[in-house]
Amino acid sequence: MRESIVSNLTVKHDNLSENFMNGLVRIFAVVPLIAIFLILWIIVKNGAGVVTGSFLLLAPTDGMTQGGIFPCIFGAIAKTVLMVVMALPLGVAAAIYLVEYAGDGIVFRLIRAAVNNLAGVPSIVFGLFGLGFFVLFVGRNLDQVLKTGLLFGQPCMLWAAATLAILVLPVIIVSTEEALISVPQSHRAASLALGATKWQTIWRVVIPQARGGILTGAILAVSRGAGETAPILFTGVAYFLPHLPVVNLFGFIPMVNPFDQFMDLSYHIYIMATQSVDAEKTLPIQYGTTLVLISLTFLLNLVAVLFRMYFRKKQGLVTI
Amino acid sequence: MTDITQELTRKNHHPAEWLIEKALFISGIASIVFISLIFLFLFKEGMLTFKSVSPLDLIGKWVYDPYDEKNIFKVMWQSVSEVPKYSIVPLVCGSFLVAFPATVISSVFGIGCGIYLSEIASARVRETLKPTLELLAGIPSVVIGFLMLAVVATFVQDLFHTKFRLNAFVGALGVSLVTFPIIVTLVEEALRAIPKELRDASYALGATKWQTIWKTVVPAAVSGISAAVLLGFGRALGETMIVLMATGNAALVTLDMFSSVRTMTANIAAEMGEVVQGSEHYYVLFLVGAILFTMTFVLNICSEVVINKMRRKLRM
Repeated sequence: MRESIVSNLTVKHDNLSENFMNGLVRIFAVVPLIAIFLILWIIVKNGAGVVTGSFLLLAPTDGMTQGGIFPCIFGAIAKTVLMVVMALPLGVAAAIYLVEYAGDGIVFRLIRAAVNNLAGVPSIVFGLFGLGFFVLFVGRNLDQVLKTGLLFGQPCMLWAAATLAILVLPVIIVSTEEALISVPQSHRAASLALGATKWQTIWRVVIPQARGGILTGAILAVSRGAGETAPILFTGVAYFLPHLPVVNLFGFIPMVNPFDQFMDLSYHIYIMATQSVDAEKTLPIQYGTTLVLISLTFLLNLVAVLFRMYFRKKQGLVTI
Repeated sequence: MTDITQELTRKNHHPAEWLIEKALFISGIASIVFISLIFLFLFKEGMLTFKSVSPLDLIGKWVYDPYDEKNIFKVMWQSVSEVPKYSIVPLVCGSFLVAFPATVISSVFGIGCGIYLSEIASARVRETLKPTLELLAGIPSVVIGFLMLAVVATFVQDLFHTKFRLNAFVGALGVSLVTFPIIVTLVEEALRAIPKELRDASYALGATKWQTIWKTVVPAAVSGISAAVLLGFGRALGETMIVLMATGNAALVTLDMFSSVRTMTANIAAEMGEVVQGSEHYYVLFLVGAILFTMTFVLNICSEVVINKMRRKLRM
C-alpha cells in the first residue's frame, strides 16, 4: 500500500536534472565494475598462455628467469592451512563468547572495539609485530628455555602463519557472529527447556545451524590470508629456496616443516616485479603467478559469497 | 524471551560448563590481548630509538655540507649513510600525498555508488552488484600493485606527461581501488538505516527523489558517511604493497602529486629486511610503525564513535 503511494508521488518528477543525477551515480557504480573487469581481463590475457602444467609443477630455474612456481604454490597452501588451523578455533570460540555469553556490558563493548580495531591495523604493522613478538620475543625465549639453539628464534612458516592468523581473526569472528545471531532465540529456549545445559545447547543446537556462516568466514579468511604479503615479509617468506619446506617425520613420513622458511605466491609477484634481475624478461612469469594467485582467491571468494547468499536465503525461510 | 533462557540457564552450575565458559572468555578477550601486545611491542622497540637519536632528529638534522662549508638543516630520510638521517617528515608527507587523493577518489565514487545502491538500484541490480564489489575487495593488494606498476603507470605517464613513471598519483589510484569497497559498504549501510518514514514525509511534501536524497536522506546519514570516509582514510594510510610497488620509493619532501614519494608503510617494508636487529635503524623503523599504528588507531576509534552515535540516534 505504502509502496504504491510513494511511487505515485515520485513518478511525476521525471525532469532533466533528476535523470542527470540518476545517470551520474550510475556511472559511479559502473566505473569500478569496469575497473574490476579490466584488471581481470589484463591478467587473464597476459597470464593464460603462461600457466601450463609445467609452470605449475616445476621449480624456478636459471636465476628465477625460467621454470615454474611450484614451490610458491606449495608454500602458499601450507602457510594458509597452518593459519586457518590456528585462527579458526580461536575466532569461532571468541564469536561464541560474544554472542552467547558476553551480554552487552563493558566487556562486550571492549571486545567489539578491539575486533574492529584489529581489522583496521595496517598489514605492515602486523609484519613488524610478528617480527618483534613472535620471532624475536617468543621464539628467542623458547630457544633459551628449551635449549634448541636457533630453531624458534628465526623467521619461519610457523610465525608467518601465526601473524596471518591474528590478521584474519576479525574476519572469522564477524562472520561467525552473524551466523550465530541469525539462529532464532526460540531454538535456544526450546533446547534449554528440554533440560540441556547452556553448552549442550550451543554445541548441539546453535552451532549446527550456524555451520554455513562459520564456513563462509573460514573461506574468506583463507582468501584474505593467501593474498597478504606485508605481514610475512619479515616473518618467514624466502626469496628463493632450493628445496621444499618438507621434513621427514621419524625419518620416513614426509610432512610440511613449519620451522623452515617458504616461498609464497604473493611475495613471488612482488619480488619478480620489483627485484628481479630482468623484470622485462620475467614479465610472463609475473602475469602467470598473478593469474594463479587471483584464481585461487577469486574462487574462494566466489564460493564464500555464494555460500552466504544460500545460507541467508535458507535462514530467511526458517525465521518466516 | 531472553528472560526465559536466562532463567533456564541459571540452574546449571556444572563444573565442565564453568570451564568451557572460562575457555571461551579467554578466546573472547584474545583480540584485546593482541591489540595491546601490538601496542606494547611497537612502542617498546620504537622508544629505544631515543637511546641514541634525539627527538629533533626525527624532524631534521644539522649536517655539515662540504660544498657550502657550513652546517645545513637537512630534512631527509637517509638511513644508510655515514651520518644517518632519520627525518620522518618526507615519509609522513608521502603517506598523506598518497592517502589523501586516494580517499578523495574513493569517497566520490563510494558515496555515489552507495547512494545508487541504496536509493536507486532495483533489488536485483543490488543483489548482483554487491557480491561483485566484494570480489573487488578480495583482490590481493599485491596484484593491484603489480598492475599499477606494469600497466597503469605507463598509461598515466602518457596521459599526464609526468616526470616520474612511478608517482604518488599512480599509488593513490591503486589504493582507491582498495578503499572503495570499504566506503561503499559503510555508506550503503548508513543510508539504508535511515527510516523509510523520513523519505515518505519528504515525498509527501512534494520533494522530488533527488531533493529527498540531498536534503533528507544524506543529511540524516551524514555521520555514517563521514565514518566511512575516516575508515577509508585509515586504510589508505596503512596500505603497503601497492605503494611499495607503485610510488617510486623516493623519500622527497614535496606536495606534488606526480612526484615519486616514499610512504611510512613502504619505508618499513623496504628497509626492515636488511637492518641489523637491535641497531638504531631497526628501532627507528619500529618507531615509524608505532606512529603509523597510532594514526590508524585514532582514525578507527573516531569512525567507531561516530558510527555508534549514529546507531543510538536512529534507535531513538
